Amino acid sequence: MAKILNQPRYKCALAAMQTVQAITRALPILHSGPGCGEKLGGSVGSSGFFSPHIFPCTSISEKEVIFGGDEKLYETIENSLKIIDADLYVVLTGCTPEIVGDNVEDVAGRFKNSEKPVIFASTAGFKGNNYRGHDWVLKAIFDQYLTEKKPVQKGLVNIWAGLPMHDPFWLGNLRELENLIERLGLIPNTIFGFGRGIENINKIPEAQFNLLVSPWVGLESVQLLKEKFGTPYLHYPVLPIGAYETSKFLRAVADYADFDTKEREKAEAFILKKEEEYYYYIERYADVFLETRVMSKRFVVVSDASYTLAVTKFLVNDLGLFPSRQYITDDAPEEYREDIKKYFKELNYGIEAEVTFSSDGHQIHKEIEEADFNGYPLIIGSNWEKSIARKTNAHFVNISYPLIERLVINSSYTGYGGGLKLLEDIYSVAFTRFN
Amino acid sequence: MAINLKVSTVGTRENRLGSITGYEGDLYDIVEQSHCGSLKNKERCFSQSSTCLSSCALGQLSGIRDVAVINHAPAGCTATAPGSVVLNNQLAAKIGVTNDTVFLGTDMNEKDTVFGATDTLREIVLKTYRTYQPKAIFVATSCVTGIIGEDVDSIVEEIKEEIPVPVVAVHCEGFKSRIWASGFDISDHAVLQSIVKPPKEKRDVINFKNFFESERQQITELFEEFDVKVQFLYQNATVEELEHISESLATVCICGTLGTYLGNALEELYGVPYIRTINPLGITGYETWLREIGRVIGKSDKIENYIERERAIYLPQIEELKKELKGLRAVIGMGPGYTYEVSRVLQELGMEVVWAAAWHYDGKYDNEAVPPALDHLKKTSPVNIKLSVADQQNFEVLNILNEYKPDIYFSRHPGTTVWAIKQGVAALYVADEYFIFGYKGTLNFAKSVLDTVRNRSFEKNLAARVKLPYTDWWYKQNNNAFLKESV
Repeated sequence: MAKILNQPRYKCALAAMQTVQAITRALPILHSGPGCGEKLGGSVGSSGFFSPHIFPCTSISEKEVIFGGDEKLYETIENSLKIIDADLYVVLTGCTPEIVGDNVEDVAGRFKNSEKPVIFASTAGFKGNNYRGHDWVLKAIFDQYLTEKKPVQKGLVNIWAGLPMHDPFWLGNLRELENLIERLGLIPNTIFGFGRGIENINKIPEAQFNLLVSPWVGLESVQLLKEKFGTPYLHYPVLPIGAYETSKFLRAVADYADFDTKEREKAEAFILKKEEEYYYYIERYADVFLETRVMSKRFVVVSDASYTLAVTKFLVNDLGLFPSRQYITDDAPEEYREDIKKYFKELNYGIEAEVTFSSDGHQIHKEIEEADFNGYPLIIGSNWEKSIARKTNAHFVNISYPLIERLVINSSYTGYGGGLKLLEDIYSVAFTRFN
Repeated sequence: MAINLKVSTVGTRENRLGSITGYEGDLYDIVEQSHCGSLKNKERCFSQSSTCLSSCALGQLSGIRDVAVINHAPAGCTATAPGSVVLNNQLAAKIGVTNDTVFLGTDMNEKDTVFGATDTLREIVLKTYRTYQPKAIFVATSCVTGIIGEDVDSIVEEIKEEIPVPVVAVHCEGFKSRIWASGFDISDHAVLQSIVKPPKEKRDVINFKNFFESERQQITELFEEFDVKVQFLYQNATVEELEHISESLATVCICGTLGTYLGNALEELYGVPYIRTINPLGITGYETWLREIGRVIGKSDKIENYIERERAIYLPQIEELKKELKGLRAVIGMGPGYTYEVSRVLQELGMEVVWAAAWHYDGKYDNEAVPPALDHLKKTSPVNIKLSVADQQNFEVLNILNEYKPDIYFSRHPGTTVWAIKQGVAALYVADEYFIFGYKGTLNFAKSVLDTVRNRSFEKNLAARVKLPYTDWWYKQNNNAFLKESV
């Protein structure tokens, strides 16, 4: 049912065109209105090999609403193959064709013998938001493009984390996860960003296992890979930020990969070295964390399930802060919410955080205003939190969509270094006042 | 064209003005055909994603201070909300005010497409009123509500009885027009229907329609010299100010595409003259525009004095730069409110326009006349100019750039500049509507053009390392290869 979407923090399923765009040389073909691509594209960081203005689009008009758009779609795909040099063409539906009943599967199917692969995903805006659309696009690729079962390559791990381009730190985080996995002695495989692409998609069925680092986004697609290729998956809900979570994460991966004693020793040696390095910095800057007079012990995160959980874990388990009520704004489907709430109860010293799922930013801000932070609040959120931060005189760090007034290119909040980066960002704000 | 505020929706530009999105030809032909009314649209059998008219409509309305925009739509349609609110805050802070406008959605889902969601819409509108006390509420439709037949008009009529501020339906279904500028008309229609009141007295105010008012201060000071206050529209305007725009001395607009509906409606309905000259870009444009304003508001003497004074400051400097600009070959890809104006300015500065692409074309404005920039350009251009109406189709633009290899490409829309650069052509983003405004703007523009063509490091570095997204096959075709006669 419709509901108030006040301060939008997600877009619609069609915005998963960004998931396609994030795969180098994969091209979304939009069966949608002329402006959906521009609206959903965002303007920062999307002028890659393809950009929303390059995406072919059927630009649905009244004619297609009345007479159907199958023919227009056919023509558009046919010409896309001639004009645009891509490795994979992914037809995505907007709202209109799905309401008027276009047969997109059939039209896309007519290109199954074309030189380049053409697949389709149903991403009508009313069917769900872009957090879900991301999974649907991945499922479409796995289901329609990956057809062959291949022999398993020991140690090969497909990594899935973050929402491409919607999460400003998505690529930096993914690269750091790859780096961590590689240092454990495994072989990471990801499909997004520089130097990856269709070759990496081809390798997906060869993986020993899939690693999903996310509370709920991406579950459907790794489940599909399990059904289709028998590839098991490790569902690790917490994006690791800082030493505590990162070491825990690495050990969980080592356990799942069934490391022998020698591999285990190598992993432990790596963890030890990274922790020592991390604490070299923490030790040097401990004065800052202990003696910055304007920092209270309480914080709130307003973000998607992944960041709200990850940042809460970091600030509680690494930095020793206390969570106020935490807010999740990604409209996580009901079936995942109990599990997500449970993760917030697994904090050190029996600390538990209450969690609210909401798409009503005004209500969230009202509650933050009424909460007791026992000093200046620390608010980690999106651009929407700028106003409530000003109102409550809070320290505010903008980390998630909509991230405006801040440029992020390839920074990461993941891993040991990611924890230090988040501390830099928090204290750079706190340092702007004395008391 | 009769303006009718009693109807809930305004006709699209295709229907109202015969506007087109597909054409390839030249200046002489398009002007002649515009006068004869024989211009026919050509459709494309391939197109790339462009722009939604709702972005234009709601972008305009959400700039008004302290109102609520509620988009009855799935979540993606409200994706522009964060940007609009940040922009509002930045532009309000710049002039020392606050803007508490909210931009919400109803997050429609699959069930709503079957059963409708007018009850929820109603609750959300009322809740929004209670929560924010906005000064006006715009209830906008979407493709989904249009197709399933949501009766938004009836809900709005009911709510009007319940709350004491203007509430109006904004019919901005994305599929109804290929021309996103139709969205400007939709926003004007909503403002005229719900906010603007009939005049009670004449006031020494000039309505100035623009986008983001970067030259607000300069223009305010300019008109102070002529004893006139400026009412900027719509960004940073209050609902109370909008109530009175029918009492102004005249309406001007920085862009003919943006202003046609409001300007003509205020003239037709309330007798506020709409200044319909070429636009105040470049020297001829600025002076022609100023003189017409002077005539309409009865301040010709003061305007002539101003022109004489400013000419003495700026013309010698511009003349110097013209020597260096002479002979630069340019391609333009902009909206029609700018393409033909900028063509004139480039020629005025001694450059050669080798191709001028406009994203759409209005063969006439709401006063039934051909856009003045076209007639003017036909009169003054030393040569006929190759033109196309290219609907922001990047593949056509790159094909043109590949064929004509100009010294510089002028863009105006987000995300369009980089493609020229990637193809190794210097490019200048003329996004700010005041970039070439007046003498000072013209001078600054000339300097920017020279800076752009003289340090080509960024584009050379990038172009050397990237591949273009189009096939060799496409570059061998004519840029109009996918235009076909309408059936």
